[in-house]
Amino acid sequence: MKKPLLLKKCAVYSVLSVGISMMGSVQASLLEDVKSRDTLRCGVSSDKAGFSHLTDDGEWGGMDVDLCRSVAAAVLGDASKVDFVITTAKNRFTALASGEVDVLARATTWTASRDANLGVDFTTPWFYDGQGVMTHADFGVSTIEELDGAVFCLSPGTTSEQNLEDYFGRRDMSYSSVVIEKSTELYNAFQHGRCDAITNDMSGLASRRTQFADPDAFTLLPETISKEPLGAYVPQGDAQWRDIVTWTAFALMNAEELDVTSENVEEMRNNSDNPNVARLLGSDGHIGEKFGLDDAWAYQAIKQVGNYEEIFNRNVGPDTPLNFERGLNRLWSDDGILYAAPVR
Amino acid sequence: MTVSATQSHSGVQVPPHHPLGHQVTRWIKTQLFPTPFQSCLSLITLVLLVWFTPLALDWLLFSATFVGDSKADCIGGGACWLPVTQRIELFVYGFYPDTEIWRVNIAFGLAAAILPLLYIKQIDRRWVLGYLIVLPFLMWWLLKGGVGLPEVSSTKFAGILVTVFLGVIGMLFALPMGVLLALGRRSNKPVIKLLSVLYIELVRSVPVITLLFMASLMIQLLFPEGMTIDIFLRVLIVLIMFTAAYMAETIRGGLQGMPSGQYEAAKALGFSYWKTMGLIILPQVLRNTIPPLLTQFIGLFKETTLVVVVGVLDVVGIAMSTTAAPEWLGLEHEVYLFLALFFFTICFTLSRYARHLEKQMEKSRS
Repeated sequence: MKKPLLLKKCAVYSVLSVGISMMGSVQASLLEDVKSRDTLRCGVSSDKAGFSHLTDDGEWGGMDVDLCRSVAAAVLGDASKVDFVITTAKNRFTALASGEVDVLARATTWTASRDANLGVDFTTPWFYDGQGVMTHADFGVSTIEELDGAVFCLSPGTTSEQNLEDYFGRRDMSYSSVVIEKSTELYNAFQHGRCDAITNDMSGLASRRTQFADPDAFTLLPETISKEPLGAYVPQGDAQWRDIVTWTAFALMNAEELDVTSENVEEMRNNSDNPNVARLLGSDGHIGEKFGLDDAWAYQAIKQVGNYEEIFNRNVGPDTPLNFERGLNRLWSDDGILYAAPVR
Repeated sequence: MTVSATQSHSGVQVPPHHPLGHQVTRWIKTQLFPTPFQSCLSLITLVLLVWFTPLALDWLLFSATFVGDSKADCIGGGACWLPVTQRIELFVYGFYPDTEIWRVNIAFGLAAAILPLLYIKQIDRRWVLGYLIVLPFLMWWLLKGGVGLPEVSSTKFAGILVTVFLGVIGMLFALPMGVLLALGRRSNKPVIKLLSVLYIELVRSVPVITLLFMASLMIQLLFPEGMTIDIFLRVLIVLIMFTAAYMAETIRGGLQGMPSGQYEAAKALGFSYWKTMGLIILPQVLRNTIPPLLTQFIGLFKETTLVVVVGVLDVVGIAMSTTAAPEWLGLEHEVYLFLALFFFTICFTLSRYARHLEKQMEKSRS
């Protein structure tokens, strides 16, 4: 009697079951899962210049992408075994918490509420950023406080919206907003005068301004209104997996500190008399094994992806159109705040 | 071409012995300069066209750069098409493995083959219907792999591949569902009727983007941790559900348009409900509704671009990612123009084709 509906249900369920069977089973430990799948699934953004974007050959490139690749190299021994899953600002945490991705590297700020609420754990800052404000130069504005009543271009669901709200609320100032989801459109709207000011991470503002038709028509105000430590998130409650991603990032920073690069890593492993290098590259001790990995975990990551400096320069450094200042992201020994815990 | 042919045939009021030049002046007089006010408008439009067309052509073609490796090669002062030409493979095939691209080409060919199949009348309709039923499964198998073919993860799907895949497979799966819903809505069994009406009205009253967000954010939370359905599949199901509801209404219109004599004749011959529908009513209805269904396909084809908000990289997603790539920052105009051209070419062709089919049907009916 209910034939049409039954048929419909059958159709839907059979399609669903195909999908479920394709995606594998309930995980015990993420490390085991990733190893048995032989692929790391990494959630990235599709259009964040310098962090994750497509190159002309259809490969992914960027700081976040390289973090994923180094985790794949450390865990699976092959940096190319990554499936990049596109996430948006809104669905990124759902994707991570529901197990759709193993790592979320999407220029995501480390905040208490995210760590506490969303079923996700932060690993370690991978890029230190701060939120700034850019306006049209002909306004003659030199501080954010002069922007009372201005129209701001904002992207929804990000911490930048909240920070601006806090900053203006605290000073009894008001602003109105034009909310646009995609960053390219957002900057275009600003450039063409749909809003008086735009707020985002300093690095993003600076790099976008260099691409404007007339960069001098816009001023980047000197203040930052927030701290933005960006880095990878992992699902909550898997300490081993969190350690692995955290220490892979640390290993790349340590490599820069110890002058180990993708070029000389082979030689350093065999010949270096520095015990720190030997421990990092696995020629002394069994640190990798204790993480559940191969002892050459860091060696593989550095060899295939490079140390932090190489990754930074390749993706956002002075030779790229983005030309970021290293700034806060210098090593602690060079007056930055990049301070990786030692591998020993 | 066909339009002008039919016009000159049907234009009985135009005496055939008038020379062409005379007709042209007559057309100009009556269409462009009938009143002083309209003459003014025509003149202004003409001046604007004359002024604008060379500028546009110069920017689009003559001063544009088509060959080169990087933004630095764009020195002509016109459009810089390099982000498109350099990435054309990415735009068409996404991240599909190079060695398997032939599968995508075959799938594209199979999808395009629908058009001539619908057009050539000599082919038995049953073959066409059979082809339409088999095609989505065939395309799925070709692209996704499985039995006999190496499997390709759906994270490798992107670009035009996704747009065509979602459009064609979505449409073809939605068709049987839409037929059933339309029949359900006209059923005299209250439960079936109520459920069909509820489904159709519910889905039709919700924007498709809401359903996509449901698929992207909610469905995952309903499953136990670790069990996930491919986002691609979730999006496809949403598009199918959505299109089916609209299609049901189109087909219901076709059902209502059938003369009651057809039903009565079938009844008189002792046909059961399914036989009546399957052998007599639906073949006629489907044939009559091909043009509106094609129009619906155009709608669906454009709607697939919404999937970009839930993180599926269709051709728009690739375009957005291209405009964000450091080496091509600032070339949004060219990339989006390319998108516009892509969608215009396909949708315009299809809509002309639908109109042509419609005309052909009218002719064969009279």
